[in-house]
Amino acid sequence: MQELDYLKESPSQTAGPYVHIGLTPNKLGIGGIYPVDLGESPVLPGAKGEEITIIGTVQDGAGMILRDALIETWQADGQGIYPGNDPRGAADPNVTGWARIIADFETGEWTLKTVKPGRVPFPDGRAMAPHIALWVVARGINLGLQTRIYFEDEENESCPVLQRIEHRERVKTLVAKKTADGTYRFDVILQGENETVFFDM
Amino acid sequence: MTLSNQFDRGPLFFRDRDWHPAAYTPGYKTSMTRAPFRPLVAMGSTLSEETGPAFGHSMIGELDNNLIMNFTGEPAIGERIIMHGRVLDESGRGVPNVLVEIWQANAGGRYRHKKDNYAAPLDPNFGGCGRTISGPDGSYEFLTVRPGAYPWPNRVNDWRPMHIHISVFGSGFGQRLISQMYFEGDPLIKRCPIVNTIGQDRAIQALVAPLDMNRAIPMDCLAYKFDIVLRGRRQSFFENRKEGL
Repeated sequence: MQELDYLKESPSQTAGPYVHIGLTPNKLGIGGIYPVDLGESPVLPGAKGEEITIIGTVQDGAGMILRDALIETWQADGQGIYPGNDPRGAADPNVTGWARIIADFETGEWTLKTVKPGRVPFPDGRAMAPHIALWVVARGINLGLQTRIYFEDEENESCPVLQRIEHRERVKTLVAKKTADGTYRFDVILQGENETVFFDM
Repeated sequence: MTLSNQFDRGPLFFRDRDWHPAAYTPGYKTSMTRAPFRPLVAMGSTLSEETGPAFGHSMIGELDNNLIMNFTGEPAIGERIIMHGRVLDESGRGVPNVLVEIWQANAGGRYRHKKDNYAAPLDPNFGGCGRTISGPDGSYEFLTVRPGAYPWPNRVNDWRPMHIHISVFGSGFGQRLISQMYFEGDPLIKRCPIVNTIGQDRAIQALVAPLDMNRAIPMDCLAYKFDIVLRGRRQSFFENRKEGL
């Protein structure tokens, strides 16, 4: 019999304590290598849609706020089209969709300024509620964690991804709370009672 | 921005979670409070994971993949090496136009980081990071120095083997991966609690780069070959199953 000769994905390793050296050297004070760090903003001036700011933290199982977390975000434009390789067409040219954000070295708080994404179809054609995909790495995280930010003031009940969550009480861990007009709060809890839902997708 | 991998639009291969390290690995103490305890919510990928950011060659500076020279323009100290290989998917296809970033300690095993107070000296000419974009066949290369091993606070006498951190994008955000490259023959590999978060020896071996004398440059530098494999793509569309799941 022939073999299924697929390769295996390279096994993950932790980003370690010094991920900022590699991915945000300027923010660490290592200047002179790159003019700017990548992923400064997922939107350019003129991006269409509702401007929003999301503020949050990443907390461990002991309730400590991580100061070494690095988060990347990926989102569709205001109409729900992804930049780059979306088969449905071209996105808003002022939306790059991707951001690389770090926790503040003192407070552990991170801030994402963007536009609210539109609805994107699930593979069966139903609409997913507006969301931003999140990828979280830090020392002690062996494989980057995938999660999502949803929004309190959107209709989330019909989202086929959220419907998949068996423990309905946990859905709220994916929903950003509105704190003011255009401002949301979203804390990632790595472990414990209010642990954020993480996905295997 | 370029439209890379326009053909790569299908759903992602499912991840083999037994091949990757578990989240909770007590030998690596920091994982104990940072590992989720609840099961992951599983489903097939959606457009949110199948699309991903694209990076243009225009954003890469001439010395960005040369860690020996990219910090001050004066050469860093250490054993000069070429790190090279290909970014592949699980079907064995080269993945072109994707961003590959690396970071590492200097030849003495010291990071340029205020929290690293290991006794080895900082090299004034070594910054510690580099980046490049994979070529049409998925190939990439860096010129750097071989990083030193160093001690770290975990158990009382744990040392990291020589390693280079590597961060890779695919054409979909669900392929995003961070890993580490180790060096053939390093006796510290099998003692390292971070290496040993990976359960299978075959998987560990996939992160160990062999010495590549064919790529070494006489009287200049040695070479290590390191292929990086990202998640593959499934056939995206069957007419009789439009839901795709």
